[in-house]
Amino acid sequence: MAESYLIRGASLADGTTSDILLDGGIIAEVGTGLSAAGARVVDADGLIALPGLVDLHTHLREPGYEQSETILTGTRAAAAGGFTAVFAMANTAPVADTAGVVEQELALGDAAGYATVQPIGAVTVGLQGERLAELGAMARSRANVRVFSDDGFCVSDALLMRRALEYVKAFDGVIAQHAQDPRLTQGAQMNEGALSGELGLAGWPAVAEEAIIARDVLLAEHVGSRLHICHVSTAGSVDVIRWAKARGIQVTAEVTPHHLLLTEDLISGYDARFKVNPPLRRREDVEAVRAALADGTIDIVATDHAPHPSESKECEWDAAANGMVGLESALSVVHASVVENGLLDWTDVSRVLSQTPARIGRIRGHGEAIAVGAAPEIVLYDPSASRSWGTADLAGRSVNSPYLGRTLPGRVVATFHHGYATVLDGAVLETAEIAAAAREARA
Amino acid sequence: MRHLLSTRDLSRDEAIELLDIAEDMADVQLREVKKLPTLRGRTVVNLFFEDSTRTKVSFEAAAKRLSADVISFSAKGSSVSKGESLKDTAQTLAAIGADAVVIRHGSSGAPLVLAQSGWIDAGVLNAGDGTHEHPTQALLDAFTLRRRIHGSASRGRGLDGVRVTIVGDILHSRVARSNVWLLSTLGAEVNLVAPPTLLPVDLANWPVSVGYDLDDAIDAQPDAVMMLRIQLERMHAAFFPNSREYSRAWGLDDERFARLRADSIVMHPGPMNRGLEISSRAADSPQSSVLEQVANGVSVRMAALYLLLSGEKGE
Ligand SMILES: [Zn+2]
Repeated sequence: MAESYLIRGASLADGTTSDILLDGGIIAEVGTGLSAAGARVVDADGLIALPGLVDLHTHLREPGYEQSETILTGTRAAAAGGFTAVFAMANTAPVADTAGVVEQELALGDAAGYATVQPIGAVTVGLQGERLAELGAMARSRANVRVFSDDGFCVSDALLMRRALEYVKAFDGVIAQHAQDPRLTQGAQMNEGALSGELGLAGWPAVAEEAIIARDVLLAEHVGSRLHICHVSTAGSVDVIRWAKARGIQVTAEVTPHHLLLTEDLISGYDARFKVNPPLRRREDVEAVRAALADGTIDIVATDHAPHPSESKECEWDAAANGMVGLESALSVVHASVVENGLLDWTDVSRVLSQTPARIGRIRGHGEAIAVGAAPEIVLYDPSASRSWGTADLAGRSVNSPYLGRTLPGRVVATFHHGYATVLDGAVLETAEIAAAAREARA
Repeated sequence: MRHLLSTRDLSRDEAIELLDIAEDMADVQLREVKKLPTLRGRTVVNLFFEDSTRTKVSFEAAAKRLSADVISFSAKGSSVSKGESLKDTAQTLAAIGADAVVIRHGSSGAPLVLAQSGWIDAGVLNAGDGTHEHPTQALLDAFTLRRRIHGSASRGRGLDGVRVTIVGDILHSRVARSNVWLLSTLGAEVNLVAPPTLLPVDLANWPVSVGYDLDDAIDAQPDAVMMLRIQLERMHAAFFPNSREYSRAWGLDDERFARLRADSIVMHPGPMNRGLEISSRAADSPQSSVLEQVANGVSVRMAALYLLLSGEKGE
């Protein structure tokens, strides 16, 4: 018999206080003074309850790069950050370009039990940008793939991009584009501007992102397809997307927590922890993506969690890998960058980190408002906490966080997935315990 | 001085002190016995991840004339060419007791990463990093300019009011960057001339004036013209159409050279592409300081090593 939980006295996003009973695989009751009979009580006084977070952009590295992360360790990191579902990017080895690979990922995620692992399929075979992968086979597989992306690489061939956008209409899919013109960014190391000139690092110009987005929104309009833009990083990209939405083009967009908080001047010491693709941009760009998230031009926050082993970061800048881990810190970084200054309230946070990413990715059982009958996916967050970010706050296999040593607000106190706890009292629960709970929930 | 990583963070006083010590070192070079016992028992490692015979030989000569033990690692034929990481190499050098590491690296910032890493305790001297900085080259250029202009009265002086035009591939040049910061710190007025493709997109923070036209710059009668080496591979990446067009627009040919003042100094960090960015008449003229630059390089590098190693361990 699965354990039931009574969350006592949580603040809901709308500001009201309520008890929440998780029982029988659903949210069974919401209200005040609920009976605790037979349930384990979790005191949520002062904590905000949000629907479990959904990350549309996670690199779990398995299969193929298990020294950086595995599906088990990556979903532990997800749980620590309050996520109950993660969309796993396709740049694994082998690449997730067949039904076999995506079904394997799905099964590993189910067995680990920390969060739903929803595979993303590659757009092109081997991410090579030459031939379409078996998009339909992945869509019809047990993994039920609806999001396709060559992330890490841009689908730069305009004809191939057009065909991909058109083809996935057959099963309500979406192409998630990593917008980066490859010719304009050959050898690129950081945002191109005054600082790249001083540091002598090859520039990654904003126009290389903006030109691809402009082309792709026009393609999406022409063929009437859904387009999603990964990790928008520049003010110019925001303008293009705002224009496209005003025209009625079906485009959605994400921004990463790090592009909401960090600026390029951190690169002055050539510390490779700040090397990421797309690169950290100027203060004006950070202000623009924040405003765009607030006004809805950018729909969601997605982490681009990208684990790397230490040797890939403890080296000279050019040789270092791109990417940062971000699952554990995402909610705190959103809190610091757009909630503390009043741009977003907690209802907005649940929209950009749960409801809308679930809707874009067409995933069921996630992103539902906290109400009777909804899926029992919940995170409890303490907004009054503050902590100096350290490796002890990380729960995955890699520690390439740009926030180490920085003070961030808030703390994830508990995460519930499929009605069982994956995090309690701020600690991720044991692997065996979670695997057993997951088996029981499936039974 | 703990490290010498860039000219950008040198103060005017620090730069002049280094140039003055280089004057002392240059005086020693005129003596019959050129060797000083100053760094006896200290170990200097030349760690060259990029080939550069000229710079390596200059640093070796500088270290040996100060009686230091010199160990040279170069990219060819050693572990650094086989993908060994900067970290592993640094820890090896620490284990053999290096007191100073002279590093040349193809990646911008590598000397700073090494200096801040904690992998090694030695002083780090940047001998050229990527397209970032080459501080001893700029110091020897400043030293050469100061001697040409102030002669034996150079000690203690800057380059106030001296007008220097730097011509060529600014975008990819660590020599240009180091010279821009150092020359302006010393009071010189720096003018950059290049095709627009070979300038960084945003120079708002650089203490320079910028132009595209070399003839205008020549007609302004600068005190010195520094020609940078152009790499012909750049034309394949569409930075300019071909060598003929580059040479015609941005080369110091005989005609342009003839329009310079008779006491204008012609500089080049070497190695030169004669007939491309500089004509032989200009390069071999009495106005050219090309060979002085090479000789002064040893004195300046002696001064840098002296400051790095004599200050460090509490003498
Ligand atoms: Zn990407």
